[in-house]
Amino acid sequence: MPAPYGLNDDSVVVIIGSGAGGGTLGNELAQKGIDVVILEAGPRIEYDDFINDEWDSFGQLAWLDNRTTGGGWRVHKDFPNLPAWIVKAVGGTTTHWAGASLRFQEHEFKTLTNYGKVEGANLLDWPLTLTDLEPYYAKAEDKMGVTRTNDIEGLPGNNNFKVFKAGADKLGYKECHTGRMAINSADRDGRMGCQQTGFCFQGCKWGAKWSTLYTEIPKGEATGKLEVRPGSHVLKIEHDDSGKVTNVVYADKDGKMQSQKARIVCVAGNSIESPRLLLNSASAKFPDGLANSSGQVGRNYMRHTTGSVYAIFDKPVHFWRGTTMAGIVRDEARHDPSRGFVGGYELETLALGLPFMAAFLDPGGWGRSFTTALDHYDKMAGMWIVGEDMPQEQNAVKLHGEIKDKYGMPIPDVWFTDHPNDVAMRNHAYKQGMAMYDAVGATRTFPTPPYPSTHNLGTNRMSEKASDGVVNKWGQTHDIKNLFVSDGSQFTTGAAENPTLTIVTLAIRQADYIAEQMSAKSI
Amino acid sequence: MVTIYQGRAGLSRRELLKRGSAAGALLIISGTAVLSTGEAWGLESTALKPETVATLIQLARDIYPHDQVPDRFYAIAIKSHDELAGKDPAHKELIENGIADLDRKAGAGGYTGLGWEDQRVSILRQIEDTPFFQAIRGGLVVGLYNQKELWPIFGYEGESYSKGGYIARGFDDIEWL
Ligand SMILES: Cc1cc2nc3c(=O)[nH]c(=O)nc-3n(C[C@H](O)[C@H](O)[C@H](O)COP(=O)(O)OP(=O)(O)OC[C@H]3O[C@@H](n4cnc5c(N)ncnc54)[C@H](O)[C@@H]3O)c2cc1C
Ligand code: SF4
Repeated sequence: MPAPYGLNDDSVVVIIGSGAGGGTLGNELAQKGIDVVILEAGPRIEYDDFINDEWDSFGQLAWLDNRTTGGGWRVHKDFPNLPAWIVKAVGGTTTHWAGASLRFQEHEFKTLTNYGKVEGANLLDWPLTLTDLEPYYAKAEDKMGVTRTNDIEGLPGNNNFKVFKAGADKLGYKECHTGRMAINSADRDGRMGCQQTGFCFQGCKWGAKWSTLYTEIPKGEATGKLEVRPGSHVLKIEHDDSGKVTNVVYADKDGKMQSQKARIVCVAGNSIESPRLLLNSASAKFPDGLANSSGQVGRNYMRHTTGSVYAIFDKPVHFWRGTTMAGIVRDEARHDPSRGFVGGYELETLALGLPFMAAFLDPGGWGRSFTTALDHYDKMAGMWIVGEDMPQEQNAVKLHGEIKDKYGMPIPDVWFTDHPNDVAMRNHAYKQGMAMYDAVGATRTFPTPPYPSTHNLGTNRMSEKASDGVVNKWGQTHDIKNLFVSDGSQFTTGAAENPTLTIVTLAIRQADYIAEQMSAKSI
Repeated sequence: MVTIYQGRAGLSRRELLKRGSAAGALLIISGTAVLSTGEAWGLESTALKPETVATLIQLARDIYPHDQVPDRFYAIAIKSHDELAGKDPAHKELIENGIADLDRKAGAGGYTGLGWEDQRVSILRQIEDTPFFQAIRGGLVVGLYNQKELWPIFGYEGESYSKGGYIARGFDDIEWL
């Protein structure tokens, strides 16, 4: 039974956002008997209503509020108002995500120590280690039903994987398999196994893929301690004279302003909206925005060094059939500066439907060089590159100087420029990916530029010292004790791995800490 | 009264008709409609000149040329410009001026009078950064490739949930590796 809480109930924990971070944290707290209100800007759309159609699904679930971009990245030119692909709905981006769930490697928590100073990069060690996170990673993998953990079988390989694997074998890669995926390979946790429909990016209509929408959230609601309020767009977090946060102001589903009191506020709106909200909450006491004494709110925006490699063969592949991303090569994820860059990258299978392929293969491209590629769409295979990018202070989510949203709040302006290390890594990955396909007889390969960011990280980063970042190792802001950050914006650095397993892991750990602090009455 | 579209000024209707039927009619303009006799479809233009609409169809094909794709898909893909032109005079001006500019650059026979795709494309390369070209190209990405009826031509199978996914329909049926 979902519990409805009053607007003046100041005993509740208010969580902003219901995605990987917020949805998980909400359930974890509710399981401990703590009263939780999740305010979610988007609507609640259950998985039956998801649409097996790329643009229709994008229109149904994606965050389409206006954003602007700047900087040297190509996304700025190709998609000037779509810097990122993020979902605005209950479940957040875990509705559209692909499910790849990898732990960080030990050295990736200490990049400054292990990579040394990299010019132009704002590297910093995380204030925690792999050992600190291991027990929580284990809980997260169990919760999400990650394949190849907890004796869960791997997914079967689809056509796209088979081409990928044949290439990996030819190149001598040792660690290639169908991935660690938060997708059921058989019935588990009341959800069915993957039916290989091939629309993971459009929301899984079978519920085979983990999403907070139909796992964490209903489980939390069943305790009677969690209320999810869809259509609630938070505009501002307010505080008292002592600097403690007291309530959040939001526009409800009818556009009416409401104020919800709170004992604790946890921000989990993903790495563009979370810093935007802290910056938009500036007050006389905190003129630079909440929790921003370090000046790092919104800075060090990371999005992973990405790119894709597509290839055409002389025979059919039908790569859109089956799981979108169940295939990985991990051999290049190591840190090996002899390749000409620090950090590493993963290669993961990827397929797009024809409409998205047309939009993303070579944005802006036209003419026969472009169309002859699509002419062989049924003979294509594809992979995605995901590697560690360098945090840079000037890569940032800022408030737009002029443009405001319909509630009168400045919209986010997302600045990003590749670091030379990012470029070197991407070029290396393009070569390796193309070599894999060439080895199995590709007649043409395509080094495809990055899409709008699906991994958005680092804009409220975690640090040992308050002067270096926004939150401590629990995600608690250095400046305000009862204000937390609970999403990927906490990441100090991005690592080579897809981020969501780590976001969920940090949320589970944060829930323990919040419960402890609440019972100790220190917050 | 039916005239055969040639995009060339200065020819009489009678002459156009004669030439068109001899050539086995491509796109025909009848009143405000663009007709395809071969494919048996017609597109009524409401705001743009029908000649402009016919040129847009050729332009769309030159931007995203797929020889196996019939004209009607390109016609559907550019239709929105006619609709938008009806609501927004600035858009109408953008399109009409853009097409007039193409015709001017092409010389005597106009844009569609250029027989080789390469000749037309070399003109397009000169204008590819203009708002006109970007509006046409940008609109086509969704307007053309998001037509469900087009997908089978490329082998794309679309929606699969109602068919139970591909678990029993060939998700791993590759044989040539
Ligand atoms: C196509 C795609 C594929 C992906 N595949 C993978 C993958 O395979 N593996 C992986 O690890 N990651 C993947 N990701 C990334 C993954 O989805 C995100 O890392 C993850 O969901 C981020 O969690 P989050 O809690 O930070 O934010 P989200 O899950 O984005 O949730 C944020 C929520 O907050 C809400 N919100 C924002 N602002 C406000 C506000 N002001 N008021 C109220 N609510 C607000 C939003 O509406 C949203 O619902 C993928 C992403 C995409 C788009
Ligand atoms: S391929 Fe599997 S996980 Fe992906 S949407 Fe289909 S059933 Fe769900």
